[in-house]
Amino acid sequence: MYLTKEEERILKGELGEGTQKAMELLVAIGDAYDAERMIPISRAHAASSGQEGDLYFVELLANGGAHCKVPTSTNPVYDIAYFDKLFDVPKDEGEVARRVMEAYKRVGAILSWSCLPYLAENIPLYGETVAFSESSATPYVNSVIGATTNREAAQSALAAGVIGKTPEYGLHIKANRKGTCLIKVEAALKDEFDYTLLGYCVGKKIGYGIPVLEGISRRPNTEELINFCAMSNVSGAISMFYVPGFTVEAATVEEAFQGDTPKDKITVTDDELKDACEELQTTSGQIDFVMLGCPHYTLKQLEEVARLLGGKKMRDGVTFWVCTSATAKVLAERIGYVDIIEKAGGHVVVDTCIDEPCWIAYKNKVGMTDSPKCAYYRRFKEVRVGKLEDCIEAAVRGR
Amino acid sequence: MRMTNLEISLKCHKIIGGYGEGEALVSHEPICFYLTDPKTGIVREKSHELAGKNLANKVLVFPSGKASSVVQIDGLFKLASHNLAPKAMIVKDVETVLVVSAFMVKVPLVDRLEKDPLEAIQTSDFVKVDAEKGTVTITKQKPQNSNDIAFCQ
Repeated sequence: MYLTKEEERILKGELGEGTQKAMELLVAIGDAYDAERMIPISRAHAASSGQEGDLYFVELLANGGAHCKVPTSTNPVYDIAYFDKLFDVPKDEGEVARRVMEAYKRVGAILSWSCLPYLAENIPLYGETVAFSESSATPYVNSVIGATTNREAAQSALAAGVIGKTPEYGLHIKANRKGTCLIKVEAALKDEFDYTLLGYCVGKKIGYGIPVLEGISRRPNTEELINFCAMSNVSGAISMFYVPGFTVEAATVEEAFQGDTPKDKITVTDDELKDACEELQTTSGQIDFVMLGCPHYTLKQLEEVARLLGGKKMRDGVTFWVCTSATAKVLAERIGYVDIIEKAGGHVVVDTCIDEPCWIAYKNKVGMTDSPKCAYYRRFKEVRVGKLEDCIEAAVRGR
Repeated sequence: MRMTNLEISLKCHKIIGGYGEGEALVSHEPICFYLTDPKTGIVREKSHELAGKNLANKVLVFPSGKASSVVQIDGLFKLASHNLAPKAMIVKDVETVLVVSAFMVKVPLVDRLEKDPLEAIQTSDFVKVDAEKGTVTITKQKPQNSNDIAFCQ
């Protein structure tokens, strides 16, 4: 890969050890893909996770004096001070989380601790070159917004944020943004949960690639697209997709395939969505808790929870969690949604994710969620998966 | 029958530099490091062809990585922190997450071997990976086909 004099100097360590390590990683990725050069990015999102590997790299950069050159937001970890009051979080795990959060602060990241940074804290525009890790963020940014990003790891996105550049490869090149598989959607797609199951089915059926969805007649809303993105990266690795007419980059199926004829054609029916939902259940009946907000609930979804819960009470022994961003919670508090949810016995928790050690108290419990992603990465024993209305009904009735 | 002792040298493409040598462990399926026991290196993924095998300190030959970036990187990182990471990795298809994983634990990673690595290398062969020079040297430990067996006998 060609490096400018400035980039060479960074690689030699002349601008400090932190930026040197970041550049070394970007050069390795560039070499792997035969990238010709580095290109500037305007923003990045690091899928921080509060795990040991994450800690190693962000401290390596922070201790080496690196500082983000472009806006770089962060994914959920967890607030140990909040969870220590509720559960017995193991001391060593809590310490890792605390150090991760402190190191991201030292490198000058936007401390969003949100998995939907593209809605509020770090929003790319159409055509921007960015480096966004996180399973819903990568396809959302590529497809719904029309900025370009590769499927980054937390570390490669952070390195790109620190250098302000990324190697030119993959989805930064137009020819690689071509559809690879035609999905004929025969399912009716009535609500957010149907999009959740659609994403899960598409990921499972094609594994890896750029699906082009045909047959969707109603314009999907923000939450439906977020769910589709997140779930397609649980069962598969989907960095980009097209819904011609509704996503930005191709107005027609032909345009999405850049003139080629699709080799693979796959149909998704209502029955298949139903089967996918059945497959996810490991139990039925009584539950100990409900876990919502994977990915983070938006303000609109918090409103929906408040509306459905208004005047009701959780059954004794059932706890109720909604994970969201700090930004959404501020507004939800101001409007009054948080008050309604708390009066019903629920918690609205910020900065965290269902896949963090802070949930250790639920290790042997039965949970219900509206998210296959939560079910897949769960830190609890048994799971029921259903739409939001069913989760709320179960929380109120205890089963 | 005696073991053959043929040495083959093949060119490769460096991704993460360094040198590593050891016994080969070949997988025809993609690997997720999170699904290995971080304290032993034994593959825990029940349906995987390497289930029950130990990848610690081996030269790992596999088609590609799989699973989310967070779990993949954390999995290899945990193995490395117990000194159980592979000595080197030879892959067919590389993606960003695997590059990051190898970079974090400083394990040599190469691709584009002159021959299909899943055919050229068999489990138990002794393999030297010199990523800096772009060479993989294989010392066969098992006869490769019926002609070899005839020759050995």
